[in-house]
Amino acid sequence: MAVIQHTPHEDLPPPVSQTGIIGWLRQNLFSNWLNSLLTLLAIFILWKTVVPLVEWAFIKADWIGTSRDDCDSGGACWVFVSVRFKQFMYGLYPEAEQWRINFMAILFVLLMIPMFIKSFPWKKWLGMFILFGFPIVGFYLLSGGAFGLEHVETSLWGGLTLTLVLSAVGIVAALPLGILLALGRRSEMPIVRALSVAFIELWRGVPLITVLFMASVMLPLFLPEGTQFDKLLRALIGIVMFQSAYMAEVVRGGLQAIPKGQYEAAEALGLSYWKSMGLIILPQALKLVIPGIVNTFIALFKDTTLVLIIGLFDLLAMIQSATQDTKWLGFSIEGYVFAAVTFWIFCFGMSRYSQALERKLHTGH
Amino acid sequence: MAEDVAKTNERMAVEIIGMHKWYGEFHVLKNINLEVKPGERIVVCGPSGSGKSTMIRCINRLEEHQRGKIIVDGIELTNDIKNIDQIRREVGMCFQHFNLFPHLTVLENCCLAPIWVRKMPRKEAEEVAMKYLERVKIPDQATKYPGQLSGGQQQRVAIARSLCMNPRIMLFDEPTSALDPEMIKEVLDVMVELAESGMTMLCVTHEMGFAKTVADSVIFMDGGEIIESNKPEEFFNNPQHERTQLFLSQILQH
Repeated sequence: MAVIQHTPHEDLPPPVSQTGIIGWLRQNLFSNWLNSLLTLLAIFILWKTVVPLVEWAFIKADWIGTSRDDCDSGGACWVFVSVRFKQFMYGLYPEAEQWRINFMAILFVLLMIPMFIKSFPWKKWLGMFILFGFPIVGFYLLSGGAFGLEHVETSLWGGLTLTLVLSAVGIVAALPLGILLALGRRSEMPIVRALSVAFIELWRGVPLITVLFMASVMLPLFLPEGTQFDKLLRALIGIVMFQSAYMAEVVRGGLQAIPKGQYEAAEALGLSYWKSMGLIILPQALKLVIPGIVNTFIALFKDTTLVLIIGLFDLLAMIQSATQDTKWLGFSIEGYVFAAVTFWIFCFGMSRYSQALERKLHTGH
Repeated sequence: MAEDVAKTNERMAVEIIGMHKWYGEFHVLKNINLEVKPGERIVVCGPSGSGKSTMIRCINRLEEHQRGKIIVDGIELTNDIKNIDQIRREVGMCFQHFNLFPHLTVLENCCLAPIWVRKMPRKEAEEVAMKYLERVKIPDQATKYPGQLSGGQQQRVAIARSLCMNPRIMLFDEPTSALDPEMIKEVLDVMVELAESGMTMLCVTHEMGFAKTVADSVIFMDGGEIIESNKPEEFFNNPQHERTQLFLSQILQH
């Protein structure tokens, strides 16, 4: 019997209407009369909105100058932002000491660079230093009072500096606390579990504004008279407690997604509770909930603006007070646009970083 | 003195005496008695829901028993966490769904417990791991992640991972039930080789061919009880119990 040989069919090019710019346009924008109409409508709306916006923000805008008289071309007056830029960044921090903030920012960037270099061998130690050592260095740099640095009251901290201090401390403290609370909530020990549930439900059930008010107004009433307790520190504790409760629920979602077999395999190998959590369960659970964790971080970052109601001057509060300056009345739109863009840059950065992290940690399962 | 020596020589690898277990109201294991001598290979079979997995999972305390005694290598299983840890170090286990750690490479899967439980230096642990990966014939996959391997390869890694802890007793919980027919053989080959090397094995499986070739005795369970326990020739050719006969006729028909 003869063996039949199979010759594969040769590849043919696709029809012309499927490829190239024209093919793409036809397929995606003008596939039928309704889609063509919608495309034209969308172009019209974009024309009517984006063009004036670009014109206002860039083409007709004034960039250079020192007072409102320099803004006469009818577009955005970015002079307002550039004149006030230092206050937006540093708040009321004394001008002679502002180099300390710059130094801290540069130090942070320099420390972070090796973390992104693949072949850097001491990542673990550097990461530890950034997490535990750098906050101490940063605290002494900002606050002073030691090493020959002049003491700067926390009430003078402000602007973007304060926003970043609040959110960085919030993020660094809320994640580990949230993990502990999530583990506590799933613990087999009834008292630990009850305490974790009570903590989470208490903080999650209260609006952040209330927490901040409690921290700044009510708390001093309960403390013994004469106890001095920094307002910024009180706000920070409030934010950390509040966000760790949210974080705990995000992490718990991840813990519940790990199959029971993983716990059993870890147990069967003789790993203790903390080792199996730290080496097997948490690395997988945290990876699963990176989107949720970053979501919480972004929410935290934006929520820090609420501190303005207890009299701390973060970026948004500085901008708001600047718009009330009689010399610059009528330029609040520029101020708020600047605030929005600044917040967006940080939030978008976090979002992109988390996506890169997810791709890096993907191990094909 | 002489008596003591005789005693240690005779010490059972696993001894289960009058063990009962309940899930809530449901009586899953009823009066289990079992002795496993060092080096003995035991195959446990029976219909699903008969309690065979639960029984071997009690031996390393993945399940808790409520009455009776389980003594593993001379140590009695109690609520004492120290005893449990000590027993888990001596008892390796392979699961139906492998349960490899997907975020670690094959080599890291194997090294993890020796490093963190046995406190072995990393380099030595890696050497041990490579030795066992060679024994299960996949040293070339060491740097891959479990998700990149076939089911049969994953189960062999799981066996190597257990062996890296240098256990005296190995438990297998339906190790080939989740595998494609083509991959069953490669896993069984590794298990046969392990049995020939003298490992004490307790194996829940439906692979009757495996039972015939390597088992010292076959245990049949139904309804949470051990119905029959015999040498394989006897068990397959001359089953004593009616329920066993029915079971064997069901599975050997094809």
